[in-house]
Amino acid sequence: MSSSWKMHPVNQLFLARFREFIREPEAVFWSYVFPLVMMVALGLAFRSEPMEAISIVVQDGPGSEALKATLRESRMLIVSTGTEAECRQQLRAGQSELIVVVESLDGVSGYRFVFDPTRPGSVYARDAVNDVLQRAAGRQDPVATTDLAVTEPGSRYIDFLVPGLIGMGLMAGGIWGVGFAIVDMRIRQVLKRFLGTPMKKSHFVAAIMFSRMVFMIPEIIIVLVVSRFAFGVVNHGSYLSVILLVALGAFEFAGIGLLIASRAKTLETVSGLMNLSMVPMWIGSGIFFSAKRFPAFAQPMIELLPLTPVIDALRHVMQEGASVVQILPELGLITIWGVVTFIVAIRVFRWE
Amino acid sequence: MTYAIECRQLTKTWPGKPPVEAVRGIDLKVEQGTCFGVLGPNGAGKTTTIEICEGLLKATSGDAYVLGKNWATQGDLIRQEIGISLQETRLSEKLTVLETLTLFRSFYRSGMEPSEAIAKVSLQEKANARIKALSGGQRQRVAVATALVGNPKLLFLDEPTTGLDPQSRRDLWRIITEFREGGGTVLLTTHYMDEAERLCDRVAIFDRGKILAIDAPQKLIANLGAQHVVVFTVNGDSASSLAEDFGADLPGVISARVESEHRCLSVREPHIAIPALLALINERGLQLTSLTTRQATLEDVFVHFAGHRLNDDETGAVR
Ligand SMILES: Nc1ncnc2c1ncn2[C@@H]1O[C@H](COP(=O)(O)OP(=O)(O)OP(=O)(O)O)[C@@H](O)[C@H]1O
Ligand SMILES: [Mg+2]
Repeated sequence: MSSSWKMHPVNQLFLARFREFIREPEAVFWSYVFPLVMMVALGLAFRSEPMEAISIVVQDGPGSEALKATLRESRMLIVSTGTEAECRQQLRAGQSELIVVVESLDGVSGYRFVFDPTRPGSVYARDAVNDVLQRAAGRQDPVATTDLAVTEPGSRYIDFLVPGLIGMGLMAGGIWGVGFAIVDMRIRQVLKRFLGTPMKKSHFVAAIMFSRMVFMIPEIIIVLVVSRFAFGVVNHGSYLSVILLVALGAFEFAGIGLLIASRAKTLETVSGLMNLSMVPMWIGSGIFFSAKRFPAFAQPMIELLPLTPVIDALRHVMQEGASVVQILPELGLITIWGVVTFIVAIRVFRWE
Repeated sequence: MTYAIECRQLTKTWPGKPPVEAVRGIDLKVEQGTCFGVLGPNGAGKTTTIEICEGLLKATSGDAYVLGKNWATQGDLIRQEIGISLQETRLSEKLTVLETLTLFRSFYRSGMEPSEAIAKVSLQEKANARIKALSGGQRQRVAVATALVGNPKLLFLDEPTTGLDPQSRRDLWRIITEFREGGGTVLLTTHYMDEAERLCDRVAIFDRGKILAIDAPQKLIANLGAQHVVVFTVNGDSASSLAEDFGADLPGVISARVESEHRCLSVREPHIAIPALLALINERGLQLTSLTTRQATLEDVFVHFAGHRLNDDETGAVR
């Protein structure tokens, strides 16, 4: 290529950023290894396995021995016994999901289930125990059912997690990477020094944006490759859509990083602002669990967070194989965030 | 002929409580092809003034023209023609000298090869060293090279030699002299009077946002009225035994002051003043332990103005 491109300010500013980045091995290590560590740890912790046996406790009293014997027939249940206080203690500590008490109402003997209805494990245990007891008492099911076990790739937790981690990497890399680099340059008076040259501000900003996109490439590749070979996570959509989303996401968060750093004079200020802006997204944008779990009134706000459309669209593509057309609304929102933050950042930017 | 720099009634007030009037009406003309020195104590407004001229700060009022152009409308043109070195810049430590200069070169439409700029500041053997691995003096030379790489007509250097060893200072003087021989104009600030005397065609002495004196160094010295300085010590002298201005009233003496363990008299006619001084010492029963004379320097001018300032009732910027 001609030397005119080599000496183009955008290229030179990009090269400077790139060299500063790769010459700091710790930063490179952490920005690439952190998402990986997260993925492996969470992937192992929440790997999909057949439902484990359920621990329940039978409260001591008349008839409790017979009840215990009945329940022990079922291989799904691990049954212990205890006094009322001991039972409550086990329930509280999560050692048992359910307390079963023998009681007689009007001379007819029956059972009482004590459990916390907000605990999914307890609700499940109640139904399972009820089923065992009813069948033991002679219930006949009116409809015959059969079970066919399938574990669909794309529906496991790890399949859900990987797009979330890619989004998290885009957010953290863009905001931390750009925010710190800019404030550091401001403190060192390098921005002021640049202002004294004919450098165009748009060139400076373009180089920041471009370098962010380039730094993301290895991170995405590492996460995709490791998740593929370690956990069998496959991309059900097109890689083109993933690349498009990652590029736009990098642009969006470079813009947000630039805006956050546009006036801050100290590293403390910028760290505070960065954390403040990232916390809602860490919690609300569905990195680790679905954002749909938040109450309905919060949903409109959650949907507008910069990270939400990135993660949602990545999941649509990777888990459901959505096409570019199907993620257009998300792409639009990401673009708006990026463009608006860039424009505002350049307007309010403090060079000295 | 257009001036390289022309400031008219420049003022700069930093907002705050109370506001700081850093620059209070500066008029300045720097002719092309000359070296102009800005002197003055800490906080005098030197950096503020130079940064207004560099287009980095906006003046509160007044105008600054650079190379006949106006910052408000022709900023981009001016930036192509000036080179600056700030009082304090820390260039990226992870870049090499050559990479840094290539980056700066890319900002200018025309200029010299980055390697040529490195050669100008004699850092060829450090071209591929990271900035991190350079000494303070070498970093300062890189900063000057970044100012030179765009082939500027006008060079702004804010305290370019502060903190340098004598050899490095001379190296920088040589760079500045060479730049001037090529027809360039230089505006520099310094706290070293010998440097200003040696490099500058004209100097301005700043204090509290105003110019106290502006002229060629030799003229300023001549205007002191005392071209000579008599430096002496007497035995048994301590700050309490003799008045600060011991000898000030003698014939031919303009002023007296104490400089560390020496006493200095600014003298118009040494052949009258010295015998009178010896007589006075005798009369007091003191013993002369040393006596030398030297030509007055810019430093004496500076001290003269600094001394006046202490007696001056005029209140300046709140500091
Ligand atoms: N950013 C700022 N905000 C507020 N006040 C400032 C700012 N910069 C400088 N000042 C004040 O303006 C005055 C002049 O400062 P300036 O930096 O121009 O001095 P200087 O002559 O360069 O001093 P030095 O020899 O120490 O470099 C000082 O009183 C300083 O406190
Ligand atoms: Mg200064």
